[in-house]
Amino acid sequence: MKLTVKASVIFMLLATLFFNGCGSKDDGSSQNGTESSSDDKTIQVEGSDTMVNLAQAWSEKYQADNSDVTIEVSGGGSGVGISSLIQGLADMANASRKMKDKEKARAESELGVAPVEYVVGQDALAVYVHKDNPLEEITLSQLESIYADGGKISKWSELDIELPGGSDEIVRVSRQNNSGTYAYFREAVLKDNDFKLGSIDLSGSSDVVSMVEKTASAIGYSGMGYATDNVKMLKIKSTDDGDAVAPTADNVINGTYPIARPLMIYTAGEPNDTLQTYLDWILGENGQGIVSEMGYVPVK
Amino acid sequence: MSESSPTTSQGFSLRRGIEKVIDFTEPAVVGLIHLCGWSAIIFVMAIFFFVFKESLPAITGLEEGAIQGEVEQLDLVEFTTSPKWIPESAKKPTFGILALMVGTLSVTILSMVIAVPLGLGAAVYVSEFARGKPREILKVLIELLAAIPSVVWGFIGLVVLNPMLVDMTGEPVGLNILNAGIVLALMSVPIIVSVSEDALRAVPDSFREAGIALGANRWEMVYKVLFPAAKNGLLAAVLLGIGRGIGETMAVLMCTGHSVMMPTSIFDPVRTLTATIAAELGEAVRGDMHYHTLFLIGVVLFVFAFIINLTADLIVKGIKVQGNE
Repeated sequence: MKLTVKASVIFMLLATLFFNGCGSKDDGSSQNGTESSSDDKTIQVEGSDTMVNLAQAWSEKYQADNSDVTIEVSGGGSGVGISSLIQGLADMANASRKMKDKEKARAESELGVAPVEYVVGQDALAVYVHKDNPLEEITLSQLESIYADGGKISKWSELDIELPGGSDEIVRVSRQNNSGTYAYFREAVLKDNDFKLGSIDLSGSSDVVSMVEKTASAIGYSGMGYATDNVKMLKIKSTDDGDAVAPTADNVINGTYPIARPLMIYTAGEPNDTLQTYLDWILGENGQGIVSEMGYVPVK
Repeated sequence: MSESSPTTSQGFSLRRGIEKVIDFTEPAVVGLIHLCGWSAIIFVMAIFFFVFKESLPAITGLEEGAIQGEVEQLDLVEFTTSPKWIPESAKKPTFGILALMVGTLSVTILSMVIAVPLGLGAAVYVSEFARGKPREILKVLIELLAAIPSVVWGFIGLVVLNPMLVDMTGEPVGLNILNAGIVLALMSVPIIVSVSEDALRAVPDSFREAGIALGANRWEMVYKVLFPAAKNGLLAAVLLGIGRGIGETMAVLMCTGHSVMMPTSIFDPVRTLTATIAAELGEAVRGDMHYHTLFLIGVVLFVFAFIINLTADLIVKGIKVQGNE
């Protein structure tokens, strides 16, 4: 008996661990009996794992001010959001990468309308190492040699780094291959070359950071909003003799941080009134304020 | 005697009535039981048909997902012999599952190396040596072990075993074949124990007594009498364990490190076929080559399962023929 109790406690812990920030919100708007509960007052948002906490924060604030609108947010990844949008299961798709041509063509053939893109924020892609790692900065070409197929660097000593633990091999932490973060890193750092196989591929932005937290010889990339006290964000040099730039909001806005990307929302065709009002709010003062609060960079 | 005749006729008419009802209901019940039996086959066929149908476009080529009318087709030689699984490449997607197959096999084999001796040993102890309370407690605990959900096992591998292996082996990451092998072994032990215990208990006591009477000690009796007598059941137990190992998804997704590579030692992270489907199917664009190829991996898993079951059948039959001679 004790064992089952223990198992269920572990299971519940795990469930909270997995689903934190993904749960749908019930704001009790159904109590307003006067409103005929029409579907267009419910907004289904799905997509990017990088943006899920941000989308959650937006929806909470917006629903607090507009009790007649219900917004349901879930994560899963940019690919999931886009494929749900195409299948008509979501009204808005969060994406941390551009839609592929294939996906656009599919959306047009399935929905009859072209998807519309809104840039709603920016994210600096931070490169994380363990907090005890003496490394402070890294160049883009070094990153490429570490991560790209055929890249030469596989040991910390090749970066003139001696790790306190004594382990020399670089453990590459990466993302699953449908992640928008994965696609952006490949485009911006690997110049669209393939990743070196043998990296540890995790399925969430925060998983990458917690893996780096636990592994002294690891290096990983994830959104800057996921930083914790136990990891270190490296400064990035665009060229070998350039300045090392830290991933901060200011550096993203002034354009000096080299691996920052737009965060986007896609709708299926021109949005209806409910969606349009919500998008205007996101792009307005309130919405963009939340972008900064959540550790991302506003568009304006 | 005269008293008995009405009773008999009454009993007779009652029996006739019951027989009539039976005559009427029996075909229905027989039909129902037949249906239950056949439903298993129908379900297996339906699942296989669906998985195969979804994977077919990958082999025959698909026009729909490709850009500008060009036909994409999966290179089956590359599929089975290339260790490169790069389905979402920006340049040229490569669909090679060799590394994934090696990952599945290495984790399964290691888990069997651990679980078979452990499971058989436990079964021998529970069925032949343990008596009274300890035996009952052990049986209950082993059954409890089987009831733990696989995601919890994965969590144990990730949170408990991972740091332990890092400390003990000095490897940078403790998510590897060894971790997943241990977790899978612990998951298959209860199955192996309960099936092989049943097999051992099915051996008549006269065999045991004859063995002892011939002067064998208890170990010799187990090793030379019980094991050969219970061979089929023990083999079934091991094969069920292997089946569990190959099919397990969640725990291996969390414990292997989920890394596409050809392992050179048990301390290397790997990725399995099942974990790849679980991690990628949800996000693959429907109708895409990637999507259909993931179903093709499902077909490969089917083939694996089929081969294992067929081998088991053949071995068991072979043993029976030998036994008859």
